[in-house]
Amino acid sequence: MPLLEAVDVHGGYGGMNILNGVNMTIEADEIGVIVGPNGAGKSTMLKAVFGLLTITQGEIRLRGKPITNLSPHKLVEMGMGFVPQEKNIFPSLSVEENLEMGAFLKPATVSRLKAQIYEFFPPLLEKRRQPAGELSGGQRQMVAMGRALMNEPSVLLLDEPTAGLSPRYMNEIFERVKTINAAGVGVLMVEQNAKQALRIAHKGFVLAAGQNRFSDTGEALLNDPQVAKSFLGG
Amino acid sequence: MNELIYFFNYVVVAGSVTGCIYAIGAVGVTLIYSILRFAHFAHADMMTLGTLAVLLLTLAFPHAGDPLGLPTAIVMLPVAMAFTSLVAVGIDRAFYQPLRSHGVKPIVMVIASLGVTLMLQGLIRLFAGTGSQNLYVDARKEIFRIDVPGVTRPIILTEPQVILFVITIVAVVGLHLFLTRARLGKAMRAMSDNPDLARASGINTRLIITLTWVIAGSLATIAGTLLSLDVAFKPDLSFFLLLPIFAAAIVGGVGHPYGAIAGGFLVGFAETLAVFNWSVLLRPLRDSLPTWLELPNNLALVGTEYKIVVPFFILVAVLIWRPTGIFKGKVI
Repeated sequence: MPLLEAVDVHGGYGGMNILNGVNMTIEADEIGVIVGPNGAGKSTMLKAVFGLLTITQGEIRLRGKPITNLSPHKLVEMGMGFVPQEKNIFPSLSVEENLEMGAFLKPATVSRLKAQIYEFFPPLLEKRRQPAGELSGGQRQMVAMGRALMNEPSVLLLDEPTAGLSPRYMNEIFERVKTINAAGVGVLMVEQNAKQALRIAHKGFVLAAGQNRFSDTGEALLNDPQVAKSFLGG
Repeated sequence: MNELIYFFNYVVVAGSVTGCIYAIGAVGVTLIYSILRFAHFAHADMMTLGTLAVLLLTLAFPHAGDPLGLPTAIVMLPVAMAFTSLVAVGIDRAFYQPLRSHGVKPIVMVIASLGVTLMLQGLIRLFAGTGSQNLYVDARKEIFRIDVPGVTRPIILTEPQVILFVITIVAVVGLHLFLTRARLGKAMRAMSDNPDLARASGINTRLIITLTWVIAGSLATIAGTLLSLDVAFKPDLSFFLLLPIFAAAIVGGVGHPYGAIAGGFLVGFAETLAVFNWSVLLRPLRDSLPTWLELPNNLALVGTEYKIVVPFFILVAVLIWRPTGIFKGKVI
């Protein structure tokens, strides 16, 4: 049974449809990457999965269970983690408190998971008492991902995790995503840095105008001359 | 030396008393703002309501405090805090919650809270009348005179003032520990920082809102009662408190509890210094002054009856020159 399935999803904000029939499937051990031009509905699709906008048609399933239009709160309880592109940390809370908030629903596991996250993102350990808002962009992204991982999600949704980061941090974040996935967490992410993202992707979805234009393995999409020409800049 | 003691009694003590009251009130305003994102104008009336609850309980059981050696009003404080919290949560459910779920603009909430103000004021007058009443029912206020060697004038502290300082310290330390150590306290700060992310982390925002009203209602009761214990209960208490409390919250930077405390003391001392009769301090110099310069009897910046202009002035000045307040808060 696939981990996450979206079938012919339509939806948008305030009656205006942005998604016009998106399909995607990822298995439990896979990384799925959504790429496409600006305004294609990539982030909107991710938000639709996380219940942040109304789906007017189609269905989303988590391990076969329909989760269409469930509230984010409910989805977090069901094991979904979401890292928004912007405003993805609590700036005045310390790094440690940010992580604690991620495990708000499971207070008993906090100390064990915190130790794991610090092992996973070593720069955070020495900054753990510092307000997260004072950290650099890359470190903030680590805090944001760490917070989402504190809930031990089975599927992690990442909205442009490398946006605005230097190449060094970008590669580091992609490496971390691979490691997270290797630990058994399904990942669905939206990326502007399409080539690098598709390199680590098991599945890639090229969206345009709110619809799938191409869907294949990451490698196949990278090697497809048509995809390369229209979406990856040659 | 006598003049210095006079200064201590009328500025340091009086300013600290006012500062404590404003600080506790402003913390409530700032907490409500940081969680619910609107200026809650009915806050001062929640203070009056809490004090009224204390007054009614004290009238019903005037000697409840005797075995503990405390004023009855202080013994009744926890009961009144629970009652006021309950009313605050009830008001939220009945008036603010429906507006929130419609997603109205903050200004609509502010106007709604003005409506609640008028309603509460009417209700309070219905039960308490319009005159002022002493919270010391059937009891006497103790006054401590501390003699300073070599000075004829003693330092004067009253029992309610001492209790006020102790309770303020306990409340501030308690609130600090709650916000920095407790899981729900941290969640409250998280929700103030980023409500969407708080929701996406699985934080129960409804519970946090309820908790905010409980804390605000309790603090309001404490502030109102301690003030009324020092002077007397007046049904129009809120009228004199609303402006200074908002000034304190804004001076401190809205959304910052510690800023609100600093702002409370700043406004409290500014008010006290403005109404202080400076001529007393100059009296020792009287003999050395030239004869044509006569020292006036009263040399205060503003008359006591006009002291409300002080917070008003501070408020206007802060809004013009530093709208985010001392601690860089949000702009209302």
